[in-house]
Amino acid sequence: MKRLSKYRRHRIVAPLLLIFALLGIGTTFQVAGATTASVMTAEERTKAIAEGKEIFLRGCSSCHGLNAEGSSISPSLIGVGAASVDFQVATGRMPMADMSQQAMRKTPVYNDEEVAALAAYIASLAPGPEIPTDDMLNYERDGSIAEGGELFRTNCAMCHNFAGQGGALTKGKYAPTVMGVKPVHIYEAMITGPQAMPVFSDKTLTPEEKLSIIAWIKSAEKEPQLGGLALGRVGPVTEGLLVWTLGLGLLVGIAVWLTTKAR
Amino acid sequence: MSARERIAGNVASYVDDRTGAAAWMKKNLKKVFPDHWSFMLGEIALYSFVILLLSGTFLTFWFDPSMREVVYEGAYVPLQGVEMSAAYASALEISFEVRGGLLMRQIHHWSALIFIASIVVHLMRVFFTGAFRKPREFNWILGVGLLTLAIVEGFLGYSLPDDLLSGTGVRIAHAIIQAIPVIGTFLAFFAFGGEFPGFIFIPRVYIVHVLILPGIFLALITVHLMLVWYQKHTQYPGPGRTEKNVVGYSLMPIYMAKAGGFFFIVFGITALLGAVASINPLWLYGPYTPGQVTAGSQPDWYMGWLDGLVRMAPPLEPVIFGYTLSLNILIPGLIIPGIIFTGMALYPFIEQWITGDKREHHILDRPRNAPNRTALGVMSLTFMLVALINGGNDLIATNFDLSINQIMWFSRIGIIVLPPLAFIITKRLCLSLQRADRELVLHGRETGRLVMMPSGEFVEVHEPISPEKAWLLTQHEQNAPLELADVDQRGVRRPGLIKSKLRKRFAVAHAEQVAKPTLNDVHELEGH
Repeated sequence: MKRLSKYRRHRIVAPLLLIFALLGIGTTFQVAGATTASVMTAEERTKAIAEGKEIFLRGCSSCHGLNAEGSSISPSLIGVGAASVDFQVATGRMPMADMSQQAMRKTPVYNDEEVAALAAYIASLAPGPEIPTDDMLNYERDGSIAEGGELFRTNCAMCHNFAGQGGALTKGKYAPTVMGVKPVHIYEAMITGPQAMPVFSDKTLTPEEKLSIIAWIKSAEKEPQLGGLALGRVGPVTEGLLVWTLGLGLLVGIAVWLTTKAR
Repeated sequence: MSARERIAGNVASYVDDRTGAAAWMKKNLKKVFPDHWSFMLGEIALYSFVILLLSGTFLTFWFDPSMREVVYEGAYVPLQGVEMSAAYASALEISFEVRGGLLMRQIHHWSALIFIASIVVHLMRVFFTGAFRKPREFNWILGVGLLTLAIVEGFLGYSLPDDLLSGTGVRIAHAIIQAIPVIGTFLAFFAFGGEFPGFIFIPRVYIVHVLILPGIFLALITVHLMLVWYQKHTQYPGPGRTEKNVVGYSLMPIYMAKAGGFFFIVFGITALLGAVASINPLWLYGPYTPGQVTAGSQPDWYMGWLDGLVRMAPPLEPVIFGYTLSLNILIPGLIIPGIIFTGMALYPFIEQWITGDKREHHILDRPRNAPNRTALGVMSLTFMLVALINGGNDLIATNFDLSINQIMWFSRIGIIVLPPLAFIITKRLCLSLQRADRELVLHGRETGRLVMMPSGEFVEVHEPISPEKAWLLTQHEQNAPLELADVDQRGVRRPGLIKSKLRKRFAVAHAEQVAKPTLNDVHELEGH
């Protein structure tokens, strides 16, 4: 101790103390901030619901009705739950850009707080699927990639394609690609069944199985292009196109070149 | 004479004394082949076949054609612990653990696609130039047979790795077999040794794929080439080229060098594709289980038209005496391909029947000079193309924001409307080209030089074309349609009148031409 106190007036001490103090404040703020965000007090919830209703009336009610009861062109939102709202709004699907076959993924119109407020408002109308918490989404801990692949091929590949690249459905509808989607949104899609997608309840796919599917999707996302250019991972169509354009093009071109007479 | 020359000479005469090879070699090494890029399309197919044999043999060293169930414990993490067939596991092993295995597999597959594509373009060349005419009808049939076998062989290869995609393909093949009336179910049981998928199908497919069909291929390709050798190669029209000679270069050394070099170019391009572009990434598909299917399940391109036909077939499944007749599979899966391939094989004889031309032809037609045939060819290709495009309808729908139902209806109507339209347009185009040729011969080439006459009129100076070119544009024969009298000399109606009336109509359509310039036309023009 004595040894240490000898240096207490060293010129390095002041900056060092400052750094420790900043670290301390930052860590406290991080920890404290995280706890306040995940647990909502009743008061905050009431506030969020009011705020969400405000946003709803401005941005959603023209189609979904003043009390979210739906209309001839849009479904009722009573009982769809917070998960549905988070999926539809946070991925930019809602509000829709136009009345085409299907809402597409795009840059979200509302920020995270606004989405949370909207979700709180819709959830307050009637109970429905909740937004999964971060702890429920730890797919690296709770999911198995190989099992997820099996489950994906059995339940998802028929629409979303074997590599999750998406595919066509009838009458202009489509299953979008699942690449680059946040785990929470994949999870929400499975429990709420947006648009043409069926609902995969916890009886059909247990939460662990859902996490396995997410784990497989994330591993497929990261998988390098093992055999060279992946050609979109959509099967033999692009391979056939390449063979008829580049392959035959080169070969016939060279045949022409080989038989060109010297001038 | 140097020592080396003397030794080589001694060896040569030793062999020649015992085999008499020198005379044969002397004659055949000097054999002349005409030179044209379109004559090398069949070569691409031949070299691809060699590449297929070599790369395929490599793959057999590791591939295990068994449907025995194993648990995967190989290098590819996302499949570790998954139950699969030994065939699929060994295909994964080839891809990830065998040195150079993935490259060889990709070369094998790309080569297969190039093989069939080059057969198709070769066939198109032979058809559009009329190279199938007497005496080459048999070789044409052999070629059609080779194409058919190549499609079957390709499909069997696609089925072997037992991944999700190949299993789905086999499932459809199974359905097509089952759709055959009366015997379909029995045949399916026979082929699969019981219920689908069973345990015997892949070993059976394997032996057909690596032994039986390659053996048949070798035999047929040999005969195909021997006939080319024996009947001599056809040549394009040109000065000095007749029905009795072949103008070109000799086999040794020109074609030995050219063909040898071309083989390595074909190999190089195939290897390039195999090295840079993934084909059939079977680890992504996962193992086949009958309970799974993936969006975008498509066959390779050579079967794509068949898939497209099945995809556009209306749901016709009448129940007759308690038995379902799957016309929705039977018609697109068996009847239409049957008609197309039979018609293709018989085409030389059909054309002979229409024209009544029984002479030998060694000079090729320019496609425009056979408008009916060219139009027929384009018509068939249009049919195939519409079917092929519909085979990828789901990808077209997602990539171009279209409705898959609209594409299907477009194809259903298009496959009936577009081919006849293509026929009419092509025939008109051919006749217009003939008219342009006639113009060129009679009035010469437009030079683009404008001259002002004393009267103030502007005219473009035309330059006469070279005699060689004029020969090329006028050498073809234009035969009048076959004369068929409805009644014989005594005024009695001939038997088979409907048939002969049909023949007459075909003959007239086939002989439709723009009259080529004759000497008289030229003289007349020179007169004024």
